[in-house]
Amino acid sequence: MEIKASMAGNVWKITVQQGEAVEEGQDVVILESMKMEIPIASEEKGVLKEWKVQEGDFVNEGDTIAIVE
Amino acid sequence: MIKKVLIANRGEIARRIIRTCKQLGIQTVAVYSDADQNALFKKDADEAYHIGPSQVQQSYLQLDSIIEVAKQTNADAIHPGYGFLSESPAFAERCREENIIFIGPEADILRLMGSKIEARKAMIEAGVPVIPGTDRAVGSAEEALRFAEKIGYPVMLKASAGGGGIGMEIAHSADGLKKAFENNSKRAASFFGDGAMFLEKHIQNSRHIEVQILADQHNHTIYLFERECSIQRRNQKVLEEAPSPSISEQLREQLGRTAVIAAEAIHYSNAGTIEFLVDESGKFYFLEMNTRIQVEHPVTEEITGVDIVKEQINIANNQVLSFKQEEIAIKGHAIEVRIYAEDPIRFFPSPGKITALELPEGKDVRNECAVTSGDTVTPFYDPMIAKLIVYGENRSEAIDKLEEALRQFNIEGIKTNILMLQEIITYEAFLKGNTQTSFLSKYYQPNSGGK
Repeated sequence: MEIKASMAGNVWKITVQQGEAVEEGQDVVILESMKMEIPIASEEKGVLKEWKVQEGDFVNEGDTIAIVE
Repeated sequence: MIKKVLIANRGEIARRIIRTCKQLGIQTVAVYSDADQNALFKKDADEAYHIGPSQVQQSYLQLDSIIEVAKQTNADAIHPGYGFLSESPAFAERCREENIIFIGPEADILRLMGSKIEARKAMIEAGVPVIPGTDRAVGSAEEALRFAEKIGYPVMLKASAGGGGIGMEIAHSADGLKKAFENNSKRAASFFGDGAMFLEKHIQNSRHIEVQILADQHNHTIYLFERECSIQRRNQKVLEEAPSPSISEQLREQLGRTAVIAAEAIHYSNAGTIEFLVDESGKFYFLEMNTRIQVEHPVTEEITGVDIVKEQINIANNQVLSFKQEEIAIKGHAIEVRIYAEDPIRFFPSPGKITALELPEGKDVRNECAVTSGDTVTPFYDPMIAKLIVYGENRSEAIDKLEEALRQFNIEGIKTNILMLQEIITYEAFLKGNTQTSFLSKYYQPNSGGK
């Protein structure tokens, strides 16, 4: 499953490392834009297989941030 | 007399300040970050200087770089606008040390009113009513819980050093308060360098009504009546109007006089705003004082005919106020809406490139717009990109004009809240002037009525 950005902004914090297990609904990354922080959660339980971004990167709405399997 | 002003700000407020300076024959200096290389305010100013990268900590909050530009360009005054360094005692002090006029109050006043707890003490001493709450900073969640038990839920949690809605949350239960405390305290510590929190009784069904005051350095303080600012999302204002549609003449005068008492008690000078919460019975409480020009100042200008930026410069020049209280009267009705680059349903930011932009036109329509077609709205700053202000002889005429102006307003390429604004001004509660701070969460259901 792909985790996508729900808004355009900067990747502020990555809270789960590659290879770690994630629960459904667990925040994996926090985006920051226009003085607002938006946590993005994984929609499924699984393992964080790959990060497509790094902290500090800019993402557009809909961009893939990470892949959970 | 001030001959050259550096504007330590960006966007629409920088443009607004430059406009009045031009009318007064004052030279202007803009400072800008990487992200604002092509911004309109930079082009409006007589001179413009780059001060750093896009991140605010490295540009608009970089006091040294800004002072350096002021010195190099021989600016004799700095106008801080709102936000950024406008309420920074360190900045005001530094200006004084460098012999540059800070267009705002003295540093010690900024310090006093910048601390919610100190401000509250000062207001209690002045006899201004305040909301029941902690009279000192609360350092831990446990302490907050003990206090909440005493005053009863719901309670409002606020960052002592906060502003603009950051670090604020309402808690209805002990569980909620514990979570809210931990989140907001951490956030306040990283945003403001101070994680101290302040707790007070949450006044339900309240309105946010604020009074604009002007005070010179010769002991004259006047009030320019009130603004009704109850329509908010995430504790930030969306629509403001003046005068308030909901208060009696008697309450209007009482609020005005109380605001003057508050300002005089702290020997305030500059333009300032005293914010009040007004409950259903008309009882009012001091909320905070904003020691700077405010985003929504134009509605006051429209109904009183006073140019608030001009008065700020006048006061900074050590002149007496241009008006006496008895010369200020309310004429007509004005409404301002803030145009945010954000998703109108989820209120999430929507930065991007503006591919088309057409502003409404007409008599009694005022645009304070930071951007133009082809500009990119970056994620680095506040999502507010423009303000639309309309004036009418009365409230219903103003609402009609607002409806028409919003219809003409066209922004493409990014999402904006215009659809939401168009919708909320048709609501019965709004038309009746029955707006409380819970207005948006109570009435706005974007999925049902979106056009």
